[in-house]
Amino acid sequence: MLWQSVLSGLQSLLGGITQLTLAHLVMILVGCLLLYLGIQRGIEPLLFVPIGFGAILVNIPLAALMEEGGFLRTLYNMGIITELFPILIFIGIGAMTDFGPLLENPKILLLGAAGQFGIFLTLLLALALGYSPLESLAIGIIGACDGPTAIYVTSNYAPHLLGSVSVAAYSYMSLVPIIQPPIMRFLTTDRERKISMHSVRKSVSRNTRVLFPILVTLFTALVAPMGVPLMGALMLGNLMKESGCVERLANTSANEIANIVTLLLGLTIGATMEASQFLNVRTLGIFALGFIAITLDTAMGVLFGKLMCFASGGTINPLIGAAGISAFPMSARVVQVVGLQYNKKSHLLMHAMGANTGGQIGSVMAAAIMLSVVRGLGLR
Amino acid sequence: MNEPWIFGWTLTIIGMGGTLASLWVLSLLIGLLKKLFPYDGEQAQRGR
Repeated sequence: MLWQSVLSGLQSLLGGITQLTLAHLVMILVGCLLLYLGIQRGIEPLLFVPIGFGAILVNIPLAALMEEGGFLRTLYNMGIITELFPILIFIGIGAMTDFGPLLENPKILLLGAAGQFGIFLTLLLALALGYSPLESLAIGIIGACDGPTAIYVTSNYAPHLLGSVSVAAYSYMSLVPIIQPPIMRFLTTDRERKISMHSVRKSVSRNTRVLFPILVTLFTALVAPMGVPLMGALMLGNLMKESGCVERLANTSANEIANIVTLLLGLTIGATMEASQFLNVRTLGIFALGFIAITLDTAMGVLFGKLMCFASGGTINPLIGAAGISAFPMSARVVQVVGLQYNKKSHLLMHAMGANTGGQIGSVMAAAIMLSVVRGLGLR
Repeated sequence: MNEPWIFGWTLTIIGMGGTLASLWVLSLLIGLLKKLFPYDGEQAQRGR
């Protein structure tokens, strides 16, 4: 009697080992790899550390953390299903972003649009590879180079792809300094890369800075109302920053709220990386398509930059088109570094920052239009 | 052309065109905003 009781007690202790499968082990290793990239390599540590740990936690057999009542499931229901986490992150991003360089030269906003074209071209590629329309949307949005937007759209249309889409988006965003320069060099001539742009002069009044977020929100509400949660949150953060009268709220949004939500968001993304959902050929396809999306974004941005260069009589350096993606401020820095390699007197940083913040607005606008069109087509 | 492709091309055309057109209009509105509220360097310095 006693022996039987001891034996069943031991069995329950060893349950975790007996239930462990090769797929669980592989996913635990994937989690460890993300931790390694974050901790040792410094690649997006704020996200890869909680995502990696979440991936490990969710693949421990019998822990049931993603079952109803498990703490990861509770977080997931609370922040991803309700879309609350990406929206809160956007308030923080808005409070951190200085749209000044964009307001100095509003034409540059067009580069932020061209930098989103990769989203739609990748959507077509995903369809060609046999992904469903809504899955293709979620895959295409990796090209937004904007983590919260990718998470928002994916949780709306293909929540089962959330882990792979998010990890792909953040991985490629961190690889922007490696991915972009060869494309920029390939698509521009030596003469174009040497173009010096006039320095950005201060020409934006406080009123313009304060009214800008209100204008963008109202405009989005008219054009693509489904995107108002994203754009509204981004612009609320920016309004708090620019108004200067709610410094405490702006600081809290940019620091405490952004940090807490980043932790919870990362953990819940990791929690979606269960072996049964993540380990398949389709995940590899998502990673490949994500890479293509960011490559196409960069290419389209640079090509549009060339068009603007031609239209402006050679006063715009097409390299700044590469900053039309939303990976802020990394791609702007890449543009500055590449520009300096060809012309030591060329200081493209502020122009590239303008294009980069334009890319931030462009990615949200593209997602907003996507959400509204899908709604209009009756798919969601 | 089957349904997924109609969906894909619709979204691509409206998405690319819509994003470009929206941001172009937005850039014009920002220009208008700058004209309505021009930068006054002296005032900004006084504010400081």
